[in-house]
Amino acid sequence: MKPAAFNYAKPSSVEEVLGLLSEYGDEATILAGGQSLIPTMNMRLSAPALVIDINGLDNLNGISDEGDRLRIGALTRHVEIENSELIASHAPLITLAMPSIAHPAIRNRGTFGGSVAMADPAAELPACLCALDGEIEITGQNGVRKVVAKDFFKELYETDAGDGEILTAIEIPKISAGYRSAFDELARRHGDYAMCGIAAHAKVDRDVLSDLRLAFFAVGGTPVIATQAMSAMEGKSVDDESIFAAQSALEDDLEPFDDLHCSATLRMHYAKELTKRMLTTLSARN
Amino acid sequence: MTNEIEQIPVALTVNGEKVSKLIEPRLSLVDFLRNELELTGSHIGCEHGVCGACTVRVNGEIVRGCLMLAVQANGGEVETIEGASDSGKIDDLQKAFHERNALQCGFCTPGMLMTTTELLATNPDPSREEIREYLSGNYCRCTGYEAIVDAIETVAQERKGA
Ligand SMILES: Cc1cc2nc3c(=O)[nH]c(=O)nc-3n(C[C@H](O)[C@H](O)[C@H](O)COP(=O)(O)OP(=O)(O)OC[C@H]3O[C@@H](n4cnc5c(N)ncnc54)[C@H](O)[C@@H]3O)c2cc1C
Ligand code: FES
Ligand code: FES
Repeated sequence: MKPAAFNYAKPSSVEEVLGLLSEYGDEATILAGGQSLIPTMNMRLSAPALVIDINGLDNLNGISDEGDRLRIGALTRHVEIENSELIASHAPLITLAMPSIAHPAIRNRGTFGGSVAMADPAAELPACLCALDGEIEITGQNGVRKVVAKDFFKELYETDAGDGEILTAIEIPKISAGYRSAFDELARRHGDYAMCGIAAHAKVDRDVLSDLRLAFFAVGGTPVIATQAMSAMEGKSVDDESIFAAQSALEDDLEPFDDLHCSATLRMHYAKELTKRMLTTLSARN
Repeated sequence: MTNEIEQIPVALTVNGEKVSKLIEPRLSLVDFLRNELELTGSHIGCEHGVCGACTVRVNGEIVRGCLMLAVQANGGEVETIEGASDSGKIDDLQKAFHERNALQCGFCTPGMLMTTTELLATNPDPSREEIREYLSGNYCRCTGYEAIVDAIETVAQERKGA
């Protein structure tokens, strides 16, 4: 349970990181909060020759208001996001999700960018970004590019970011007037990775939902946007009938799997239950 | 590229004392504290972030000592259970843990105390539910948690009254 030996570098600019990444190729790994990387190194599931600690890159830190969107530096810690007024006012879905991510000591170190780069299928933030159409900013030797969340998470632990690239920021459109968000997950123990979870976002007019987004996590290799359930609900009032239609559509949207924690059948059951809760929460009058 | 591992000089403050060492990058903070500084109050359970036995404070915030490299604490300030205990500021917590039977084998206790210190600093009047939530990352295999929640609730109330 000790990591294999490695060398350590702590660069102070993105350019230096990119230089090291191109020199060392897949022998190098970026270390952000370390809350996912160090466990895998301790278990010797990964054994990089060089660990590039990006915690010295101060300009990757912090949350800023960019007019119609928020920009979150990749190194911003979970705890800062959890307590941010800007996030709470303009991206409340993220604020709702934060307490479910691990435990306080882990949120003190773990970073937004690390969570997104890791792309754990049971992680909350990737699904939230899919629900909100967040964009991931990736910097490489050829410059800066942005990828929308639904195209960023490709397969299990596979993202659109290449070996020689670094995530520098995440951008989230501010919530528009009339929209609401809701979030829930089922886990064995508070803070554990979920057995099934959902991020929901919609325009709410009395009890009628439109432009609905339902993004599931922990039910597939990547976040799953439940397009059939979303269209089943589009423009409808939330009642027993529309909830049932949305739940039934999940059979087409999701292909849950069995694992140690939960069977595929139970996962589907949870997904339907969470859908009901989210639709009810979204439409509940204040 | 070479396989030779370069040792890194670090200088940090641990429990108010300055420490300088030459260390291997792979050394975790908790191994550094235990093996290099003989501060064995921070325990090692799982080494992958799940149990919370290794909880220490770095630059004012609690972290997993097993999920931070010692080199990452370079230039920083670390407080362990030894420092917290010697400072006297958790006397009431230690007493309440003792009186309420909130420890049996004691393996989890240093981590519980470090986590509780942060809980009460950020939320001086937590509900039992909030206490459980905050401690969700700290495993105890003996007490069943109820007594731990009792002890923390007692201290929160005492401090409020004081
Ligand atoms: C006990 C435990 C429970 C947890 N529970 C949850 C949970 O319920 N939900 C959840 O979402 N997470 C959970 N986590 C993980 C935690 O949220 C991590 O903080 C997060 O997944 C990774 O962020 P990090 O900054 O620690 O990344 P690191 O561990 O430093 O890195 C993770 C990966 O991303 C890469 N990377 C990091 N930053 C960048 C970047 N800027 N550019 C390119 N690549 C980068 C690294 O090379 C590495 O491969 C848990 C962790 C533990 C130990
Ligand atoms: S030893 Fe660090 S969390 Fe278990
Ligand atoms: S008292 Fe034994 S593990 Fe908590």
